[in-house]
Amino acid sequence: MKDWLNARNAIVVLVIAGLLLLPLYSSMTGNIFLLTLFTRIVIFAMAAASLNLIMGYGGMMSFGHAAYLGIGGYAVGILAHEGIGSGFIQWPVALIASALFALVIGALSLRTRGVYFIMITLAFAQMAYYVASGLSRYGGDDGLTIYKRSDFGGLINLSSRVQLYYFCLACMFGVIYLIWRIVNSRFGMVVQGLRSNEARMQAIGFPANRYRLVCFVISGTMCGLAGALLANNTDFVSPAVMYWTRSGDLMVMVILGGMGSLFGPVLGAIVYLVLEESLSQVTEYWALIMGPLLLLIVLFGRGGIVGLLGRLRRG
Amino acid sequence: MAEPLLRVEKLVRRFGGIVATDNVSLDVSSGELHAIIGPNGAGKTTLISQLTGQLLPHSGTISLAGADITRVPAYRRSALGLARSFQITSLLLDFTALDNVALAAQAHSGHSFYFWSDARNESQLRGAALAALVRVGLGNRADTLVSKLSHGEQRELELAVALATKPQVLLLDEPMAGLGITESARMVKLLQELRREVTIVLVEHDMDAVFALADRITVLVYGRVIASGAPAAIRNNEEVRRAYLGELHAVTRHG
Repeated sequence: MKDWLNARNAIVVLVIAGLLLLPLYSSMTGNIFLLTLFTRIVIFAMAAASLNLIMGYGGMMSFGHAAYLGIGGYAVGILAHEGIGSGFIQWPVALIASALFALVIGALSLRTRGVYFIMITLAFAQMAYYVASGLSRYGGDDGLTIYKRSDFGGLINLSSRVQLYYFCLACMFGVIYLIWRIVNSRFGMVVQGLRSNEARMQAIGFPANRYRLVCFVISGTMCGLAGALLANNTDFVSPAVMYWTRSGDLMVMVILGGMGSLFGPVLGAIVYLVLEESLSQVTEYWALIMGPLLLLIVLFGRGGIVGLLGRLRRG
Repeated sequence: MAEPLLRVEKLVRRFGGIVATDNVSLDVSSGELHAIIGPNGAGKTTLISQLTGQLLPHSGTISLAGADITRVPAYRRSALGLARSFQITSLLLDFTALDNVALAAQAHSGHSFYFWSDARNESQLRGAALAALVRVGLGNRADTLVSKLSHGEQRELELAVALATKPQVLLLDEPMAGLGITESARMVKLLQELRREVTIVLVEHDMDAVFALADRITVLVYGRVIASGAPAAIRNNEEVRRAYLGELHAVTRHG
């Protein structure tokens, strides 16, 4: 059954080609909005992919993943505010801060399972949200404007729309490649085994939470990278990126695209954000159309879009 | 005889007012097949769970090859050479048979914090896993998803998973549970081969199997050891007869 010519792979290849050629199209037609929208989509796709690592492969239903978007963003924003504009400092700080936050949250919340895990991760993310709201020096509720994007010397100019887009795209592919390596490695096998049957994995000699925690930290760090990119893309960071509805958006993207599939979250992010964008132009009650649409996909398309595409050929 | 490989001394475990394990002591020597029998609710599974570390005893000690393992967490007992199979089949259903066993081999080969190379391409893990599968007669089912295996095959896979951790002691919790007559016979034959390679503690309801396989039998009733010895001695033991053998005959006849 090693047949690479199926509907799913064809769509994935088309989408990758489309993403690569998008700036060309945008400059030919002068449609700058499209490029801005897709920069955002690519960043959220990366965040969703990182969530998929713990949710789809690891079976850890984190409902607080947007916290890392905020932490990565605030690391960039606060350092820029304090006059440290170099990306070589901002970005490592963003990644390390996200990793540390994930380490603490993970160590505490991985003691629980199921609904309790969902609630605890949600609670921690909301705590991060309120802490950010209280940072009056850095804009508090109103958020923090970033006047200068991260400076990477002559290496890359993030103020160029096209360069920023390709940089985000490269980061997204990098993250997905990394996830692909991890998932198929010894470590990844253990994490997926734990999703499938924890008692069995303990019995053959794996300390479950140690592996889960490392996976949780990797995922949080990846999402922190997305946060740093998002802050640069919007020139702005506010507590709102950490709000629980944002975490919900990320979860929906993963489920919509297909949990535990490599490119599912990318498809999910594209469909979700494009729908949101286009529906909101038609009517301000766009959520009324979006909601039932999502319900239909979740109810009838088990395995999300990727699952649907997989069945197209067989069925 | 040298020091027993597995020694249980004065083990006590209570659930509320019920004493599920009541001062249980037993020795398992190296190379022995030691069966634990008893009527339903005698505390056999509670005892196994304490041996594997899923439950902690309230008092008493468990030692493996002279080392006290009473408080050693479950996952580390496997590395010390204690492997188990589950009474209710417990496998990774969405993995292939080979992946299930390869993970056990992986657990035996040290920590798994390797993030880069493809675990399914590691010939030494795959080789060890396939050998264990062949050992239990599942060599031709390696690439089948566990959820697609028959119940009997899943029971055999449980054994292969346990074997792949290269155990000193194999704890088998009712390996015959739910098996048909031919499948049971195959399992008995398999255990007869395995007992030459590894020390086995067998909890089992199937009395024909127990009396055919065991070197020694320990009888548990209401959490207490009422007899322990060779199969012939157990068969003739008055107390066992009184407390248990009536039911035992019933079990053998009907079941």
